[in-house]
Amino acid sequence: MATRMSDARRTLNQSVRIERRSATLLAAPAVLLLTVFTVVPILFALTLGFTNAQLLSPQAPQFVGLTNFSRLLGVGEVTLHAQRDPQGHIVTAPNGDVVYERLNTYTSINSKYPNLRGKEEWFRFGENRQAGTVNVVVAGDPLFWQSLRNTLFFALVVVPVQGGLGLLLALLVNERIRGRNFFRTIYFIPTLTSMVVISMLWGFMYQPSGMFNKVLQHVIPGFQPIDWLNDTRTAMPAIIVLSIWQAVGYHMIIWLGGLQTIPGEIYEAARVDGANKWHEIRYVTLPGLRHTFVFVLITITIAALGLFTQINVLTQGGPLGTTSTLVYQSVLHGYQRQEIGYGSAISFVFFFMVLGIALFQRFITRRIDQ
Amino acid sequence: MKLLFGLLKYAAAILLTIVFVFPLVFMVMASLKPDYNLLQDVGSIRSFLPVGPISLQNYQGVFDRVPFLRFLFNSLFVATTTTVLGLLVNSMLGFALAVMKWRGKNVVFAMIISTLILPFEVIAIPLLYLMAKLPWISFDGGLHLTQGMFNSYQVQILPFIANAIGIFLFMQYFKTLPKELEESARIDGASWFRIYARIAMPLAGPAIGTVSILTFLPMMNSYLWPIMTIQDESYRPVMVGLQYFYVNWGTAWGQIMAYLTLLTVPVVILFLFMQRFFVGSIAAVGVKG
Repeated sequence: MATRMSDARRTLNQSVRIERRSATLLAAPAVLLLTVFTVVPILFALTLGFTNAQLLSPQAPQFVGLTNFSRLLGVGEVTLHAQRDPQGHIVTAPNGDVVYERLNTYTSINSKYPNLRGKEEWFRFGENRQAGTVNVVVAGDPLFWQSLRNTLFFALVVVPVQGGLGLLLALLVNERIRGRNFFRTIYFIPTLTSMVVISMLWGFMYQPSGMFNKVLQHVIPGFQPIDWLNDTRTAMPAIIVLSIWQAVGYHMIIWLGGLQTIPGEIYEAARVDGANKWHEIRYVTLPGLRHTFVFVLITITIAALGLFTQINVLTQGGPLGTTSTLVYQSVLHGYQRQEIGYGSAISFVFFFMVLGIALFQRFITRRIDQ
Repeated sequence: MKLLFGLLKYAAAILLTIVFVFPLVFMVMASLKPDYNLLQDVGSIRSFLPVGPISLQNYQGVFDRVPFLRFLFNSLFVATTTTVLGLLVNSMLGFALAVMKWRGKNVVFAMIISTLILPFEVIAIPLLYLMAKLPWISFDGGLHLTQGMFNSYQVQILPFIANAIGIFLFMQYFKTLPKELEESARIDGASWFRIYARIAMPLAGPAIGTVSILTFLPMMNSYLWPIMTIQDESYRPVMVGLQYFYVNWGTAWGQIMAYLTLLTVPVVILFLFMQRFFVGSIAAVGVKG
């Protein structure tokens, strides 16, 4: 009897061992690949920013402390004073602008202010024409700050608009209308094509002599053609429109998937209780979509923060940096200029930004999810 | 009132159809016209119609100007290899996570969940550096250990085989399989590998389809990674091949439209045939994610 028991235990132990060993073998290839090609790059993103690593340099990267980060994130402020003529009057240019002393005095390599050395103008504010002063914010890399702002602006517009339009499309093609499958198919087609294709196609339509200008000229008499992608005011909105056009069908399908998980009985019960169409949407549909909402929110945010292809094909960050993005800057430094250290510093900031936004959204949506 | 509302719905649906379709119709029509006529037609209804001197000249021009078929082969090879290898390794890990007990399971699961939300763009530059340093065994008569893998197929394939979304979807799917199947197989003395290969995988059709689409399409459309790692034309994928045309922006529009049409129309046709499958796949991700 005793031997039978220990035999059984041995078999059990053996089967646990076999299960563990088999599982390790089954898991190994994917875990190994994920470690090398995802975990190691994340560790690189967190460390290479503190070095002067070059892409194709045979030299080992050296530790340079916070040099990259102080160039990337360093900002300062200067108050410039107006130039005055011998009588003490403020000098103005022919167009009426006040002429100020040169910023260079403060930011040159041998300036008296070590924290301003090597920085460039980012923006001016608070001009006081009577006192003859203006405040200038300088940064080690103004283009980075501009790119950060552009990226956040793009995400702030695209996330609600694309998510919202996707939901409206889903509600429309979820109605019992004839040919709804046809409409679903059509709205989905742009998402099948690559962003490179869409960018080229829209780039042609955005030209000064392109379709949009021609149509607007037909509709609005005396309309002056706009060079949509080369105008600082319209370049980013133009990128936003084509981006939403391309991806909204994808989120329509996701919303539709969510809509179809809401059981029909709930709608019937609501109707029995005397709910009208609006009540149905407000009290049945929207609450039923909360899981889908979280998913759509997170996927659009991640995609929006990674904005790159459209910029690379159409504007190269221009005009005047108005369409430059974080990813575009990291590629510009890390790949084109081969400054891996600096490019990784941008990745580092990007990593924590994504993490922060993800945690924030998680925090907000946890309430909705419950 | 109800009738008005109904009409409004149709009006909206038809208007949206035009919004989503007009650039694509224009693209196909423009690809058939000489540059002169193409530009003449812009802004009139003619740009959406096959009118004027229609020919396949632009397509001929694309093939003369760039090695299009080579680019297409490169993309298909990279996308297919990544998809097939990805299906294998991701399903194996998904299976181990879903049905087996092993040490380190929780750590691996946490790793996958945390990489799910990480956009590739965050790690692109550090990964580029890694690829410049990693060794590769090359064969030219003898075996050589070389450093760096730029300008190759493997640099386009290796980083994308293991995929958190793929692993996650397989894991979710294997969890829905009845426990009895696996238990009876264990009693019959089948090994874990046999259960995976002969029971779990043959039942995983829907997951295989979903993961295939979610790997293959993005791989065909990949752009950021190959522009940084591929300078050699013989490994260049089809989306990057378009660079020939936009570095000289504003020239040869007909050929550009022909290139774009060649990239778009096959995918759309494939989609029309496998529509349910595609749409089901994407909806499934939303519901499970």
